[in-house]
Amino acid sequence: MAELIGKDFTPPDVRAKVTGAAKYSEDFRMDGMLHCRLLKSPMPHAIVRSIDANQALELPGVVAILTADEVPIQSAPGNNILTNEPHFIGEPILAVAAESEEAAQNAIDAIKLDLEPQPFCTDPLHSLRPDGPNARTGGNTFSRQDGVFEHKWTAEDFAEEANGQMPMGAPGSEWEYGDLEAGFNKAALVIDESFVTASTAHHSMEPRTAFSYWRNGTCYLHGSSQSQSIVHPGLASYIGVDPENLVFISEFCGGGFGSKAAAYPTMSIPAHMSRKTGRPVMMRISRSEEYFLGSARCGFQGRVRMGFRADGRLTACDLYIVQENGPNTGFNDLGSAAGAVSLVYTPESMRYRGIQVLTNTPPRGAQRGPGQNQIACAIEPLMDKAARKLGLDQVQIRSINAPDSSALYGGNRGRITSAHLKEALASGAEQFGWQERRKRSGQRNGSKVRGVGVGQAYHSAGSSGFDGLVRIDSDGVLHIHTGVGNLGTYSYASTSRVAAEVLDYDWDNCVIHRGDSSRHLPWNNGQFGSNTSFTMTRTNYVAAMDALQKLKQIASMRLGGRPDDWDAKKEMLVHRRNHTWRMSYAQAARWAIEMGGAYSGMNLPEDINPMTRQSAEALAGTGLIGVARDSQHSGTVPALAAGFAEIELDLETGQVEILDYTGVVDCGVVLHPQSLATQVRGGAVMGFGMALTERHVYDSQWGLPAAVGLYQAKPPTYLDVPTETTWSAVEIPDPENPIGAKGIGEPLMGCAAAALLCAISDALGGHYFNRNPIATDMIVNAAANRAPSQSPLAVNSQ
Amino acid sequence: MLSDAMTGFDLLQPATIEDAITLLDRYNQDAWVLAGGYDSLDWFKDRVKKPKVVIDLEGIPGLQGVRTIENGLEIGAMTKLTNIEHDNLIRSKFCLLAEASSKVASPQIRNAGTIGGNVCQDTRCWYYRYGVDCYRAGGNTCYAAAPEAMNREHAIFNASRCVAVSPSDTAPALVAIDAVMVIRSARGERRVKAADFFMPPSHDIQRMTVLEPDDLLTAIQIPEKWSGADFYFEKISDRKAWDFALTSIAAVFRMDGPVIADVRIVAGAVSCVPHRFEVVERMLRGERRTEALGERAGQIAVQGAEPLGKNEYKIPLVENLVKRAIVG
Repeated sequence: MAELIGKDFTPPDVRAKVTGAAKYSEDFRMDGMLHCRLLKSPMPHAIVRSIDANQALELPGVVAILTADEVPIQSAPGNNILTNEPHFIGEPILAVAAESEEAAQNAIDAIKLDLEPQPFCTDPLHSLRPDGPNARTGGNTFSRQDGVFEHKWTAEDFAEEANGQMPMGAPGSEWEYGDLEAGFNKAALVIDESFVTASTAHHSMEPRTAFSYWRNGTCYLHGSSQSQSIVHPGLASYIGVDPENLVFISEFCGGGFGSKAAAYPTMSIPAHMSRKTGRPVMMRISRSEEYFLGSARCGFQGRVRMGFRADGRLTACDLYIVQENGPNTGFNDLGSAAGAVSLVYTPESMRYRGIQVLTNTPPRGAQRGPGQNQIACAIEPLMDKAARKLGLDQVQIRSINAPDSSALYGGNRGRITSAHLKEALASGAEQFGWQERRKRSGQRNGSKVRGVGVGQAYHSAGSSGFDGLVRIDSDGVLHIHTGVGNLGTYSYASTSRVAAEVLDYDWDNCVIHRGDSSRHLPWNNGQFGSNTSFTMTRTNYVAAMDALQKLKQIASMRLGGRPDDWDAKKEMLVHRRNHTWRMSYAQAARWAIEMGGAYSGMNLPEDINPMTRQSAEALAGTGLIGVARDSQHSGTVPALAAGFAEIELDLETGQVEILDYTGVVDCGVVLHPQSLATQVRGGAVMGFGMALTERHVYDSQWGLPAAVGLYQAKPPTYLDVPTETTWSAVEIPDPENPIGAKGIGEPLMGCAAAALLCAISDALGGHYFNRNPIATDMIVNAAANRAPSQSPLAVNSQ
Repeated sequence: MLSDAMTGFDLLQPATIEDAITLLDRYNQDAWVLAGGYDSLDWFKDRVKKPKVVIDLEGIPGLQGVRTIENGLEIGAMTKLTNIEHDNLIRSKFCLLAEASSKVASPQIRNAGTIGGNVCQDTRCWYYRYGVDCYRAGGNTCYAAAPEAMNREHAIFNASRCVAVSPSDTAPALVAIDAVMVIRSARGERRVKAADFFMPPSHDIQRMTVLEPDDLLTAIQIPEKWSGADFYFEKISDRKAWDFALTSIAAVFRMDGPVIADVRIVAGAVSCVPHRFEVVERMLRGERRTEALGERAGQIAVQGAEPLGKNEYKIPLVENLVKRAIVG
């Protein structure tokens, strides 16, 4: 082993990306192609009274209009394809197709839309008031069983708000373990803090453009997607077509960060329009449209009470989260946040309560570390606050609470596969020179002051039970079929290398098949949840092991001996004792074709997914087929990360200079160092934005969004971050993965955000904002001993 | 509601200033002058501005470059911000302007953006840019001045119905060094002091400058007066690049030994026009540049400030920036 694993390589799609040859959805063209534009709601909540498109349809070049009545209805509060009751500004009401984009927009402008304004809300706490507005006609929250319903708190519940503390009424969900009261009773220090974490847009470089056409009853759809196979059934459902009659192409993705993890409804609009018009349809989504109908991270309004022993050990934690959910299903950020707290700080006792509240702001979805990263931003500075009060070092208070592999997860106290956060903290502190740098904390240079911070974050990072599919053709080439998708992290390639590793292949003799459902792809999980490294190494491993077994069986049957007597090395089968008995993989593959049965995929395992079966059947008889369903692993797979930052903060101007950053990861065995380095750095850059620069602002009176462009939403630029950052990996193998790997992508953002937030508070001598991002105005006000301009619990306000 | 789909227009590309002026005279309000495009294209894509013709100045050599003139420098309106940032003449005489230019937007935008475009750009009030029917857009309210409005970026000085601010980083610098704007039209040529070039909403709420629809800003002249003086420029923003100022400060000091002989201090992004602190300037003359003086000057500078709900932080920020400019 380890010829390929842990080594840098050039993933096969890199060249196309750097040369511009890569074709994204927007790059496709076809004769007769129409252009589709969307009429989007100008109001945060309204009911369509009437649509008069007569004039619009008379305009030159206009071909068709598609309304909500012509597309599958989604049950509330699901994301709609088109709707007659928009719940956020920018929600698509109808689509128009025309010969040009300009003609389509001219038609949109000419449509007479009569909207009846409805009550709306941009702040969950407003909606929870006894007389507060509901984001939807049916209510302001939802459950899987009951759909949308109304949930209000009492006036008494809000009494504490007057003191700037978060009110806590009846929750929508809760769990508890341990003896919370006893935990607080034995605590030497109890802190009780309210906090706000802001929403952030996804900023994917590639907007969610889609292109579609139909041929002989089959729909072809080019979409922007992180994932491949997992998208297929949901997308087919949005289109209203059987999965086998859909070809879904998504070879490249210009970023998703969770917003393109699974099937999403707008992607199906050109397919519906193409079916209606009989012509190919391109629906280009613009940069600014992405801010309306794309997706954003859920925001939190929360409160946490934590009890600490004198040595910093967390004895009790009582967490309440109100989640700004947008108007639709959103994502379970709050539950994930609570789970993260239970694992990262291993409180001896814990209660979690929370509720998702619907608001008329952009639909929410998973965004890198959904829940875990917000809670890192909220809790990590409070750990520092506790450390200050207890006279402890910031690393020390984290280390004493950090999980090892015996830690348990969530309210159900489920087991985990491995955790080495203590090691990550220790290694990071040494690499960063924490003790030395800590001495510089508070050091003044004119108006500038130094600050240091450490942050931690977690995400579950692995799944199992999906299928692997490989093929060795008669020339001996290894074809690795992967349906995971291509988010842009290149992990589709690094995990595919496991098959080559198992079979001892020269990487140059391997081909990865992906990006197009007609390329015979297996049923795989999507590229989300930091799971690819764990999940796909398992599927590729089992498929390769199946192929390896078949290779040995063929050699044994054709040349003698038992299968176990054969070694597979450098694409050659060699008998262990009689070295003259040799068979190349190419020869074995030719025998497989001749022998048929399971060897060439004519007989397939019973337990594989129908999608994998269909793909394997298509490949049957063309080589030696390795195909298998991965077993189920046991336990939550923790991806854990620690970040260390040093900053210089100007007390007079609020400007923050990030001087240095080190990220340390617990991701098991490293698959691809170069890619991991990029993840650590890229995650940190996103985290810096979450902590400092990004803006998600709404005018509450009109429900209008203020940040609908990159220059307004302000993700960090390359000039906002250090030129060089450093990283390392703990590299202790995970026992539930055949090569010891687990994922890591998501906490890399949260630990960096937390480290920066902590460093800012450190520079300010222990001023804790209990809010992220810490915008320039907040720092200026704090340094000048002025009150912040935001009310303590306001969301969408910075 | 942003549409993000440009309407068609005729693109006119004159090769001389005279041709450009003729076209402006002919098309007047139907024309839009393109001087780099970073302000223009957003307006076009959002269909808020729908000109019939767009006059692209890129191909007019007479609008390009920095040249010495009698008693000063002249900068062609189409000179790229990158070129101003690196121009030796400007750096040696009026480093303030080079410094201000270097802070505009991003390196990429400065490679295409021009000094003329930078001073003529419209305000970045997000409500106005969103397309609401505010005073500046011809309506009868200011959304940004409402009690709950998100007005963190808005004015603390001299608002008059509209509370938007001047977004230009170079404008305060130009006002500080007494620049003169050269404006031509079919009606002839006129010169307007930079301090008078920017339009307060109390005079005309729908324009950011004194330019009439048929006017063309051809050049910016900088008199020798402040050549080689002590300069101070600082821009405060959320990001180090591709961001508009939350507040900026441009100052020039002519020293007489240890004391200030003459001074200009101008702030950006605190008012609809570059905001000159004349009272502070008067107070500074004859004084030594000390911390105590800086603090006193800062306090005086913010007298009369009228913060909105979310921009009170601009008061300490202006205080600090004025102090920093004085202390150096």
